[in-house]
Amino acid sequence: MSVVDYTKELSVIEGKPPLRSLDDLISKPLETKPDKKFYIALSITLSMLGLFVIGLGLTFWYGIGMWGNNNPVGWAFDIVNFVFWVGIGHAGTLISAILFLFRQKWRTGIARFAEGMTIFAVMTAMLFPLIHVGRPWLDGWLLPYPNQHGIWTNFTSPLLWDVFAVSTYFTVSLIFWYVGLIPDFAVLRERTSGKVKKLTYSIFSLGWRFSNRHWNHYEMVYLILAGFATPLVLSVHTIVSFDFAVSIMPGWHTTIFPPYFVAGAVFSGFAMVQNVLLIIRKIFNYEHIITVDTLDKMNKIMLVTGSMVGYAYAMEFFIAWYSGVEAEQFTFVNRAFGPYAWAYWIMVSCNVISPQLFWIKKIRRSVPVMFVIAVFVNVGMWFERFVIVVSSLSRDYLPSSWAYYKPTYVDFMILIGSFGFFFTFILLFTKALPVVSLAEVKAVVDGAQPSHKDH
Amino acid sequence: MSEKILYGYTGLFDSPDSITHAAEKAASKGYKKFDVHTPYPLHGMNKAMKLPTSKLGYVSLVVGLSSALAAVLAMFWISAKDYPIVIGGKPLFSFPAYVPVIFEVTVLSASIATVLTMLLIFFKLPNNGHPLHGTEYMKNVAVDKYGILIQAEDEKFNEADVKKFLEECGAVNISPVYFDEEEINHKHKILEPKFIGFLLLTALFTSGISYLTLNKLLYLPPFDWMMEQEKLNPQSTSTIFADGFGMRKPVEGTVARGYLPYAFKGQPEAAGENLVNPLPVSKSVLELGQKKFDVYCSPCHGYHGEGESRLRGQFPNPPSLHSEKVRTWSDGRIFHVITDGQNIMPSYSTQLTAEEKWAAVHYIRVLQRALNAKESDLQ
Ligand code: HEC
Repeated sequence: MSVVDYTKELSVIEGKPPLRSLDDLISKPLETKPDKKFYIALSITLSMLGLFVIGLGLTFWYGIGMWGNNNPVGWAFDIVNFVFWVGIGHAGTLISAILFLFRQKWRTGIARFAEGMTIFAVMTAMLFPLIHVGRPWLDGWLLPYPNQHGIWTNFTSPLLWDVFAVSTYFTVSLIFWYVGLIPDFAVLRERTSGKVKKLTYSIFSLGWRFSNRHWNHYEMVYLILAGFATPLVLSVHTIVSFDFAVSIMPGWHTTIFPPYFVAGAVFSGFAMVQNVLLIIRKIFNYEHIITVDTLDKMNKIMLVTGSMVGYAYAMEFFIAWYSGVEAEQFTFVNRAFGPYAWAYWIMVSCNVISPQLFWIKKIRRSVPVMFVIAVFVNVGMWFERFVIVVSSLSRDYLPSSWAYYKPTYVDFMILIGSFGFFFTFILLFTKALPVVSLAEVKAVVDGAQPSHKDH
Repeated sequence: MSEKILYGYTGLFDSPDSITHAAEKAASKGYKKFDVHTPYPLHGMNKAMKLPTSKLGYVSLVVGLSSALAAVLAMFWISAKDYPIVIGGKPLFSFPAYVPVIFEVTVLSASIATVLTMLLIFFKLPNNGHPLHGTEYMKNVAVDKYGILIQAEDEKFNEADVKKFLEECGAVNISPVYFDEEEINHKHKILEPKFIGFLLLTALFTSGISYLTLNKLLYLPPFDWMMEQEKLNPQSTSTIFADGFGMRKPVEGTVARGYLPYAFKGQPEAAGENLVNPLPVSKSVLELGQKKFDVYCSPCHGYHGEGESRLRGQFPNPPSLHSEKVRTWSDGRIFHVITDGQNIMPSYSTQLTAEEKWAAVHYIRVLQRALNAKESDLQ
């Protein structure tokens, strides 16, 4: 057993590789023809995307009556998927902004990728409210603009806050991502010899020159953006939770929702980042950039947020009992033992029990085991939203209107299709852009910074 | 061939420590227009180059605060002034509910403004024509070398001195950088045929697409505002009913509200004696009467009931409603004319409910009184 020297920071990148080799390795996928594995993966995601297109086509043509939604369950898969995907999108900004503010250097290896995932996840999420309105070509009406109808949007509605929160989140994440990409585009511009590639990279690099007079401002802007993105990322899932908490539905109308949703979002986001990264790391040989230490830290975050989520589940029960509100008490008993008990127990076992295994160091550092646990977490978090949305709605205050919700085949096509949409983007991303930030990774290699010996 | 114009001198270093030293020396030697190029930001370089802290934070502050204010004002104007609707019993201007939107707007505009200011104003990007582009120097500093550049523009610039200085610092690959001739002489030619062709094509394409969307696509299902629906329309045939009509008659013996069968058919005098106007004379009744009169009666009788028909002789002009006869008629008698018709004037029973007819009668009285006002009305 080696003794760890805690007075020294652990190296983020293993083995002090020469900087040029990092460039070579990270831009390799962009410079080589994709192999067979890539095409197989792409054909799978594209077929899923095809399902998505058909499902949406059916929905547009015949209307949302094609879905299982019906009174009293007016929100179902569409909103479940929306919350699920927005949640996935939270890890990226958390990694790039909050961990940046806390000076967690280990984030550099995974930040770019997680940010990309954020963008794709938010894109996927945004589709759901847009199709849920039934006539997506009129979605412009969601925005407040002077119009010929002479009416305005309702600024006191959480659904409108959602429009602002999600679109702001998307835009700011995109800006954050692009700002991070500018120096990398410049590196690629200097590397490539192809004419079209050179032109494209030149355009996107904006003519970046690696000047320290620029880096000076650049770092400040990065700090400011991180400062903005941190409250933003917390606000987004808070506002998503307001969609529920501001209503008077039993099981929704609770003040614990905002923190509980945010913890859940980070939890599921990290699980998804971890899942996808493990694959990327394997395929592209990034083992020394995305180290086991980094993964270990991600698993610890999952352990923390998973426990927070478990605490929230328990607290909901406690408050239902403590409040003495009958409808509230019924809702929670109904969740655990009612017609949707199966969903509830899937959720509890995946979200509360499985991450507890991360207390064990061996499991935290074993790639296959953590992969499986993260898959469980993803499944569990999807079911969490299902339980919240469907079980509350299907049995509300009025027993005469109770009904059991069943999704239709179109619901499943859209659910599976949304994964196709997301993963198609991820795959294309790995081929089109450096999935690890070149500039940031180089900056944290051992010996890359001045030693300040003589000061 | 003209002499190439010198942009500056560059030198490369291998380690972050040596470049920091070189930057410090350049700054203390009094060079102002020099720059350091590194593949990633180096800690402590700001101090070495004597750069001030970036002022971009102020941009965020000013834009953020002003857009927050703008958001509050906009929401105030919209929800409390232009479109005041009470929702959930909340005050029209309910500030707590606006906080999420204010926050999002602040973050959005401040981030966009800060980044754009940095890129466009501070850095003057995009700039792919900079003399450093395409040099070997750029290729190196992009990857793993640390470079310093001293510009010819600098007051203290002197080719020999600068070369010596760089050598003393231990730089390798010391080389001059020149302005790119093509880049300097390049002029944007707006009237180039290619460019004009491109503009024309874009114009054609966008107008074509807009025409098709607005005039064709929007009238196709499912975009057609639910014009096509699987339901029976009044004039369409139906396979459900034996007679093939989509339109149905009311069930035998039922009476719609306001359409009780008329008891005095063909008996004007009896109607005049027995029917009494049930409506009070009130503003709302008179307004209803005016509305109905203007819609249903005025085409023939004119807005003032004087018989000034708007039908231009396509239908015989009716007599004035201000005649001695009609003025002395009871309300019930006029009601009878509307209900039963009179000679060529048709019945208005299907268009007007009983209440609307009585209101119209009151309104006729108003018109009559207006032309034959009593002395007392003036007081
Ligand atoms: C299509 C044109 C037309 C419309 C519309 C019409 N009228 Fe007449 N109205 C006539 C004609 C023509 C006469 C004269 C009938 C006759 O020859 O006795 C008449 C006669 C009358 C008379 C009797 C006048 C008299 O001196 O005998 C009254 C009262 C009257 N209309 C009221 C109304 C009212 C109230 C309405 C609206 C509900 C109305 N009319 C709508 C054409 C019209």
